[in-house]
Amino acid sequence: MRLISPIKDHHFEQRMFTARAILSAVFAVILLGIVVARLVQLQIYDHELFSEKSQGNRIRIEAIPPTRGLIFDRRGRVLAENLPAYQLELIPEQIPDLNDTLTRLAGIGLINREDIPNYTDLSQSGPRFKPITLRFRLSEDEIANFAVQRPRFPGVDLQPRLVRHYPDGELVAHAIGYVGALSTADLRRLDSAAYAGTSHTGKTGVEHFNEEVLHGGVGYQQVVTNAFGREIPAETRDFSEALLDRERPMPGVNLYLSLDLDLQRVATEALAGRRGSIVALDPNNGEILALVSAPAFDPNAFATGMSTADYNLLQHDEDRPLFNRAVVGSYPPGSTIKPMLSLAALEVGATNLTRRSVCIGWYSLPGSTHRFRDWRREGHGEVDLHDAISQSCDVYFYEISRDIGIDTMHQYLDQFGLGRETGLDMTGESDGLLPSRAWKRQAFSERADQVWFPGETIIASIGQGYMLTTPLQLANAVAAMATRGERWKPHMVAAFEDPLSGERTLVSPEPLPKVKIDNEFYWDNVINAMHNVMQSETGTARAAGLGAPYLMAGKSGTSQVFSVAQDEEYDEDEIDERLRDHALFIAFAPLDDPVIAVAVIVENGSSGSRVAAPIARKIMDTYLGVADDAL
Amino acid sequence: MRFSDSHQLFGGSEKPIGGVGSVLSRMNIDGPLLGGVLLVCALGLVVLYSAIAQNADLWLQQCIRLIVALVTMLIVAQLSPDFLRRWTPWGYLAGLVLLILVLVIGEASQGAQRWLNIGIRFQPAEIMKLAVPMMAAWYLHDRQLPPKGSDLLVVAVLIVVPTVLIARQPDLGTALLIAMAGGLVIILAGLSVRVMLVLSVSSIPGSYVLWQFMQDYQKQRVLTLLNPDSDPLGAGYNIIQSKIAIGSGGLFEGWTNGSQAQLEFLPERDTDFIFAVMGEELGLLGVLSLLGLYLFVIARGLMIAVQAHDTYSRLLAGSISLTFFVYVFVNTAMVTGLVPVVGIPLPLVSYGGTSMVTLMAGFGILMSIHHHRKLLPH
Repeated sequence: MRLISPIKDHHFEQRMFTARAILSAVFAVILLGIVVARLVQLQIYDHELFSEKSQGNRIRIEAIPPTRGLIFDRRGRVLAENLPAYQLELIPEQIPDLNDTLTRLAGIGLINREDIPNYTDLSQSGPRFKPITLRFRLSEDEIANFAVQRPRFPGVDLQPRLVRHYPDGELVAHAIGYVGALSTADLRRLDSAAYAGTSHTGKTGVEHFNEEVLHGGVGYQQVVTNAFGREIPAETRDFSEALLDRERPMPGVNLYLSLDLDLQRVATEALAGRRGSIVALDPNNGEILALVSAPAFDPNAFATGMSTADYNLLQHDEDRPLFNRAVVGSYPPGSTIKPMLSLAALEVGATNLTRRSVCIGWYSLPGSTHRFRDWRREGHGEVDLHDAISQSCDVYFYEISRDIGIDTMHQYLDQFGLGRETGLDMTGESDGLLPSRAWKRQAFSERADQVWFPGETIIASIGQGYMLTTPLQLANAVAAMATRGERWKPHMVAAFEDPLSGERTLVSPEPLPKVKIDNEFYWDNVINAMHNVMQSETGTARAAGLGAPYLMAGKSGTSQVFSVAQDEEYDEDEIDERLRDHALFIAFAPLDDPVIAVAVIVENGSSGSRVAAPIARKIMDTYLGVADDAL
Repeated sequence: MRFSDSHQLFGGSEKPIGGVGSVLSRMNIDGPLLGGVLLVCALGLVVLYSAIAQNADLWLQQCIRLIVALVTMLIVAQLSPDFLRRWTPWGYLAGLVLLILVLVIGEASQGAQRWLNIGIRFQPAEIMKLAVPMMAAWYLHDRQLPPKGSDLLVVAVLIVVPTVLIARQPDLGTALLIAMAGGLVIILAGLSVRVMLVLSVSSIPGSYVLWQFMQDYQKQRVLTLLNPDSDPLGAGYNIIQSKIAIGSGGLFEGWTNGSQAQLEFLPERDTDFIFAVMGEELGLLGVLSLLGLYLFVIARGLMIAVQAHDTYSRLLAGSISLTFFVYVFVNTAMVTGLVPVVGIPLPLVSYGGTSMVTLMAGFGILMSIHHHRKLLPH
């Protein structure tokens, strides 16, 4: 430790400091000299160039928004287009009293009073000469009404602009999503330069996922303006055209979806009046053929702008029309997992094709009195694996589930893609949930809750308990059944089309890891059992499958919304409609060379085979061209 | 140049001439420094009037801010350097506590948490603009100079801690300025030329590493600087418009009512880009006069530093003067497109009050140091 500070040499310090100060001053003079040299360059040598550019006052860079890419179905039918419409715009710098103008516009019914604060915010977010849009599409009456009163509203004007339009409205709402007006949150997220002239952006679905290609590239032009910022028409200005830079906007890329509009329509109609979802895809490449979530909404309302009140109505609707059940909705898969579980059981030796067991309508773990019931109270009698699938015997699966074990169950169902995002080219897909010991340890904080109980394996074997899947995952899983383990990433976009050259780039299907079950004999048997579900005398869904001119395979599922107590009877008629079981069905066809795989979920539909299976049949009929009203 | 000569050059005040001089001297005010500062402010107010589109209310507000800042300068000028030195560690500590409070309970706006509201609303980082160089000077005051390695290390820590706290807000610009104010103290204290060379050479690979860590928007700013035309609607817009404004100003064409500024083509024309408005309105002669005035203020500050009577005052005065220079240089270089747009206002001219008070307080310190200088430098 230093006790006495060394003697400071004040004269030395003073000299050194002075030297440093002089050095810094020299340094400062040099740096400022560079700035001065730059100023001389700009203001003397390049003066003429710059004064020409500013020409006393008048060049402004104006963005030209690109035309948004179109969206077509697989046969080139338009799903999303851009239509000219008159919109109501206001230029903040030309309005002396913004609040007064907005209030008076509300007075003649052109805008909603409660939206005024939003407009005020918007008008403060950009340059004051940049127009802000009050309404995106005016009706003809409104146009006439405003035209008469226009003199009362300086700074407010009608502008012809392109507005996104979805000709089929609700039909494709959840499949392609919608665009909406750029919000201040969007503006923070997006590149403000690229969106300088753009009013809308994709908010959900395909429109959102493909925003970058759909939007296109912004163009710009330099415009000559007078002292008030208004553009001067070319013929009245004394200004060389050659000095004005311009660059054309690059229109957005057109999308061809794999969606089949006819199939989409049939699927939508089949769910009319219900809550539920249908996903149909091509098992050979993962192309989505139909994607329905019911109820839906009119996406045009978002594109043209709706009142806060209307939006709240949609937002708070008990049936949740804005919720995309097909990719976000998570449901217990119920018995639909039985075919996949059967393959796992065969592969790990938990059962074999000849083993038979007697179903008496319930099952208890050794040393326990708790009865796990079969859906059929009286039981199925003696069944083998084939019968257990085609008749959907729960007890058989309860029994073998103990030999499979939850972790093996997790391992194989995971190979079918359950409980994880499929990677569909849409935003917001949910994971679902595929339970396992490891998952439970990590999902619960209390030690007592982290233990996996044997009973939980039992109910997992019929797709109940913690297990949750999305309709999309189920469709993709049944597609993997159809292809005997080949899996493809599901996708909506089949091709991108260059808007200028018309050149199309096909999206090549992307393989996913194969299901690791190589014994063709197992596949034969399980698929045959699924065939018997629909087209045999004892199959659970024979009513839906019999009489078809082609062979098909399927599996029903019914999943509980709430639990029935041990000794209570589930009585459909006495239960509130919203507490009834969900009805599920998965299917593919034709049996030997499958071209379509379908998953149907009808919320609170009570019975998979009675309610969901006929819908799946109808979709397959339509796609295979054998429906009564074949297309 | 000998001190005595330069003294006369800047109108040394040890022989007060007449009544005004003695009044100023009694109020601890340095006439030349005050004169330079007032001229800069006056020129600034004239340009600001154009930049804010002749809005009298805004202009009056700026005048009031200026008066508040001048009063602050007057008050600070009354505090003796010894008094300042004694209180330096406490001021520094208080600043640190406030910076930590900002991170915990500060008010967030536009993604950054910079403001503290404890009765009055202010940015604690402003305090640090002065507290950090003061603390560095305090520590080196009774140490042997040039500083030893261990002393350098301590000072480096004293500088880095507040810098990191401010960078976390995040306010990278202010953090860098504060680190620089502290760094200038070390350089003035006689940091060896070899160390400086090593540091600047190692900054080449260092900047490569920094580039890897930069956010996309920060990289964009650098790229836009290199080629502003690549992004005419976005980040390049400011620089393009600012160059047009300055370039069209010419040598001097009288008060032009330049369209770039008047028609709102030039963004941030009343704050960071006000130098461009000046270039357009007053031409090269106008901006050269402003730069001349700035240079005079900086030179006067360095003069005061050289004449200061102890190490603390010397280092502090030197750092304050050179920091002021850095503000001037970075802003003018940025507006003329020589360095990336970093968001530093033009000192004493840009609209806004927070930094003006800090700047004036700094000048107050310079004046106090000058008043308490050694009367005979030899």
